This record gives sequence, C-alpha cells and structure tokens, in this order.
Amino acid sequence: MSLVSEGVQTRGRASAGAGVEPSLADVGDYVALMKPRVMSLVVFTALTGLAIAPAKIHPLTGFTALLCIAVGAGAAGVLNMWYDADIDARMLRTARRPIPMGRVHPREALAFGITLAGFSVAVLGLLVNVVAAALLAFTIFFYAVIYTAWLKRSTPQNIVIGGAAGAFPPMIGWAAATGSLSLEPVILFLIIFFWTPPHFWALALYRTDDYARAGVPMLPVVKGDDAARRQILLYTLVLAPLGLAPSLLGFAGPLYGVTAALAGAVMLLLAVQVWRERRPADRASRNLFAFSVLYLFLLFAVLLIDRGFGGMVI
Amino acid sequence: MNGHEDDNGIVLTEAQKRARRSRSIAIALALGGLVILFYVMTLVKGPAVLEKPF
Repeated sequence: MSLVSEGVQTRGRASAGAGVEPSLADVGDYVALMKPRVMSLVVFTALTGLAIAPAKIHPLTGFTALLCIAVGAGAAGVLNMWYDADIDARMLRTARRPIPMGRVHPREALAFGITLAGFSVAVLGLLVNVVAAALLAFTIFFYAVIYTAWLKRSTPQNIVIGGAAGAFPPMIGWAAATGSLSLEPVILFLIIFFWTPPHFWALALYRTDDYARAGVPMLPVVKGDDAARRQILLYTLVLAPLGLAPSLLGFAGPLYGVTAALAGAVMLLLAVQVWRERRPADRASRNLFAFSVLYLFLLFAVLLIDRGFGGMVI
Repeated sequence: MNGHEDDNGIVLTEAQKRARRSRSIAIALALGGLVILFYVMTLVKGPAVLEKPF
C-alpha cells in the first residue's frame, strides 16, 4: 500500500472517530503543522526589514516582534495544512504531514491555527505596534484565505498573487521598528514577490505529475512546460535588475550591489537553461530551484550585514 | 493503540498518555513564556506601557 493511500485511510479513520478518539499527536506534530522551514525564512526576511529600518528599537521589542511574526507565519501554515489536507494526502511530497497521516484531527489543526493567529496578532499589537500587527493579520488572512482557499485551486497564477503573502514579512519587520512603511520595505517586498514564481515554477516543473494528481492547477500542469519555462525566464528578467534596487536607491552598499549583480546573473543563466531544457530532462529546473533559495538568502543576508543592526539600542 | 471506553469512561493507552503529557507541558511552557514576556516588556516599555495602542 502506498504512503498516499495509507494516509488517506488513516485520515478517514481519524475523522470517523472525531470527538471520542483521544489524540496521539505529540508536540512534534504541532510543530510540523507550523511549517518550520517556511517560518525560518519568514523570520530571516522579517529580521532584515527590522534591522535596516532607520529607527531605534529595543532588542527585546525586536525579539518580540520576530517571535510574533514567526508564530503568525506558523498560524498561516497550520491553516494552510488544515484546508489543504485533501490535496496533501494525494501528493507524495506532503502525504506524510500530520493531518493526512491522521495524527492531528482537522478540527484540532483549525483550532490551533486560529489560536496562534489571534495570539500573534494581539501580542504584536499590544507589545510592539498596531501597524505591524495589522500587516501580520492581513498576511495571515492573505495566505490562508486568498491564496490557500481561493487562488491555489482556481488559477495557474496562484503562486504569483499568493506569493505576496510570503513577501510581506520584511514590511512587517520594518513596520515593527518604525510604526510606518516607506519605499525600502516595498522594494524588499517586490524582490520576494518576483522571486516567488521562478522558485515555485522550477519546483512544479519537476513535480508536474504530483501537482496534476492532486488537481492543483500549477502553471506547468495547465499551460504546459513551455509556457512555464518562458514565464520563469520573464520573471527572472525582472528579478535580476530588481535585486540591484537597494543599492541603486542608496539603502544598501557596494557589497550588496556586487552580490546582487553576481547572484542575479547566475539566476538569469539558470533561468535561460530552464528555458532551453525540454522534458524529460529536469536538471536545469532542479538547479534553478536550489539556487533560488540561496539567491534570496544571499541578498537578505548581505543586506543585513551591509546595514547591520545600526538602529538597535543595545 | 486507540483508547477504549469502559464504565470509567475513556481509558487512554500509554502512548496516548505520553502524547497528552507532552502537549500539556508544551502548553504550560508557552503560557509561562507569555507571562514572562509581558512582564519583561512592561519593564522595558516603562510608563509607555500605559499608552493605548489604538
């Protein structure tokens, strides 16, 4: 029996026993629901937004802001897994998640997600500021409702528009430090926004069958490989120069500029290779997906080093 | 592995008891952390803690 069918059957058994069957879920299952790897990227980009902001913030206030942003991102992940449990059960990559495996009941996950969302927004609003809290609330709403419940199952542009949810954290970090927004966090938002399509479509290119089986209308599934490869190249053509914007606009130094130029050139080279690649080969897609993670990490890490924590009060 | 119901209500298996205990400890730690966070942040903010967020 495959993992997928096992997962579905287990889930069905858990559902049948809803309300009377005690849970076997341990803390690790609830941590897994929060998508810790996504949380780490969210915290990192939020930290960059917070650290480069031209405002003094007490380190403990900064820590509280990042904690709330992390928990808020976790809440969005939980709500996503709750809503997408049927899709997760059909995909090899996600079939072993706690809900399809029957370790956490969907209602428990929903309650957990709503609780985390409420606490993270409320604590951020009470202890840091209302602007950051409002942005966090909107981000959770955007990811859970606009992306997960609406776009993901209805359009091949799902991750383009939905990608905005992953792009908000630097803005929340900036808002936590300053209580307002300006051009700099919007640029960081745009970098992540234009990075998301090449990143996810590169993954979708070599996971097309998985997405097709689950009925998720990813671009390669609906429009075909060629369209996806063309779109990846187009978005990367926008992303590479956009990555230089912090230097060109003066809020990042030459170290960042050189890093963004080199990393952008590699991204572009890999995107061209993906564009030229044809099925069944998927090496270029895998390379682009792997490098795209490094690309975003490099840009934000160097920006963090470049601007440092000058605004923090130690 | 599943618990069963008898005259005393639902009887948990050892695995279920362990899972419940780990969840209870995690909830206690989270609540304790929240209390400490609010306490320390009140000290950090000083009089500004009295300002209404809205």
